[in-house]
Amino acid sequence: MLRLLLLVVVVALYALHQDVWFWREARPLVFGFLPVGLAYHAAYCIAVALLMWVFTRVAWPSHLESAAADVTPDGRR
Amino acid sequence: MIPALIVFAYLAIVLYIGIFAFRRTAGSAEEYFLAGRSLGPAVFLLSLFGTNMTAFTILGSAGHAFANGIVTFGLMASSSAFVIPLTLFFIGTRMWALGKRHGFMTPVQMFRDRWECGHIGTAIFVVQAALLVPYIIIGVMGGGTALRGISGGVIPFWLGGAIVAIVVMSYVFFGGMRGTAFVNTFQTVLFLSFGAVALIVIGRGMGGFPAAMESLLASPATAPLLTRQRISPWYYFSYTFIPLSTIAFPHIAIFCLTAKRMVQFKRTVIFYPICLLAIWLPCVFLGVAANSLRDVPRVEQKLEARAALAALPADAPAETRNALRRQAVGDDIVLVMLERFAPLWLAGILGAGIMAAVMASDSQILALSTMFTEDVFAFYGGKARFGEQVQVQTGRLFVVLLTVIAYFIALRAPQGIFDLAVQYAFSGYSALSPLLVAALFWKRSTKWGALAVTLWVAFAVMYTAQVPGALAWYGLLPVVPMTLISCVLMVAVSLVTPPPAAATVARYG
Repeated sequence: MLRLLLLVVVVALYALHQDVWFWREARPLVFGFLPVGLAYHAAYCIAVALLMWVFTRVAWPSHLESAAADVTPDGRR
Repeated sequence: MIPALIVFAYLAIVLYIGIFAFRRTAGSAEEYFLAGRSLGPAVFLLSLFGTNMTAFTILGSAGHAFANGIVTFGLMASSSAFVIPLTLFFIGTRMWALGKRHGFMTPVQMFRDRWECGHIGTAIFVVQAALLVPYIIIGVMGGGTALRGISGGVIPFWLGGAIVAIVVMSYVFFGGMRGTAFVNTFQTVLFLSFGAVALIVIGRGMGGFPAAMESLLASPATAPLLTRQRISPWYYFSYTFIPLSTIAFPHIAIFCLTAKRMVQFKRTVIFYPICLLAIWLPCVFLGVAANSLRDVPRVEQKLEARAALAALPADAPAETRNALRRQAVGDDIVLVMLERFAPLWLAGILGAGIMAAVMASDSQILALSTMFTEDVFAFYGGKARFGEQVQVQTGRLFVVLLTVIAYFIALRAPQGIFDLAVQYAFSGYSALSPLLVAALFWKRSTKWGALAVTLWVAFAVMYTAQVPGALAWYGLLPVVPMTLISCVLMVAVSLVTPPPAAATVARYG
């Protein structure tokens, strides 16, 4: 269920990159100087950072680290 | 000359950090090529980010935005902010774990083991290496151009290129991955600071950005630069395939193996989009804002050339068109703005920030050296015959040879050829990314599927380079059909060929 939810969020965020709704709009100028299309994508980057934070909290592949830890320094088990 | 002196001081610091500051005595291949798989969280994040930022990040992004407007950010920055952290999370972590578990030092070593193949791995190495070489040449060219620009022409292109090539070669030669990683960390801090400082200084010099934006909106010629109405949504969409190339780049894939612990990927995937935002937003915004600087002669010349280019009849001579294109290009627009608005000493520091981004060829040179010594020298018996010390010395010799060859090519060939080659290389690496996905996530994948993908990518890159507009179906970039066809080939060919032994596949479960 969690995997499905994360997949939906990833697909939704991918779709949100294609923001056709601001395609021909420059106004409003956010903070008085940032065209809205540019401000949207700046906010988009922050949203991705938040998504990745969630990923590291709920979907971190810790089993990979524990499997890799069980080796000698030259890479052999 | 003051900015050039500051840049020379910067180059001296870079040399010190790369060669002496974090040197360790152990001379093993793993220490030289992978920093002993021991990089900490801050160095891992900043160095990985810096490794992926090139001259284009500061100079090219502002130049692209100067000509095309705010769309540059969505095409190249926010699409990368979405795709790259996800690929690092899903693919980078797995590669790190497999590298730690099985001792892999390159992606080809993993492919050979995963698909039980030898020469097919060599074919993958050849394609990867061929796609990487243009970057190294562009790095030398970028160094020469930037140093010439910062010194006001006092340092000629050949000398600037030589200075940058020698500095990079020296710290890669002596410092290996550890030296390169710490230099990259220092450089990333420098050019991340560049964006904010440049924005503040230039904004104040221009009398504030709101007035500049209003003046752009008031003109029908410049108002579209603040929207994306000049490009199609399909074209925009196809750019989201380009960042798939990042994890397939050998220097990025190899860098994923250098982390001390897997937990270091956590901060990297979270802060990567923020770092992209911090450097790309100021550069894109400044590039767009430069269109309002009609009182700056060099900007005015570019704008006039752009207008003349737009009004040129379709049957105009190619020389006239090319000459106007060269005049209109905005790759030096940030340098022009700094020259106009920043005091000399600050222009020097900001110039060092630009040099930091330009000198990105270090990790690519090291990656090619690692690939050559591991995938060719060691694989074909060199390591077993001559020992690990000789392997490391071979890697160092390769670094010198590669730099010298890249320098002489950079002196003789026109940059346009390599700019184009780099564009094709992005598509090529994106189309190679199904190799990693299949190796890590699809048990039924086979070496024949991998070979089909590799041959297809080699063919498609050469074909699109030879035939303008090839594979640009339905207004999409060629990277979309190239990547999708790679996926289809991997699946179709794998399903009709025998899979690797169950024991091999189980090790990748």
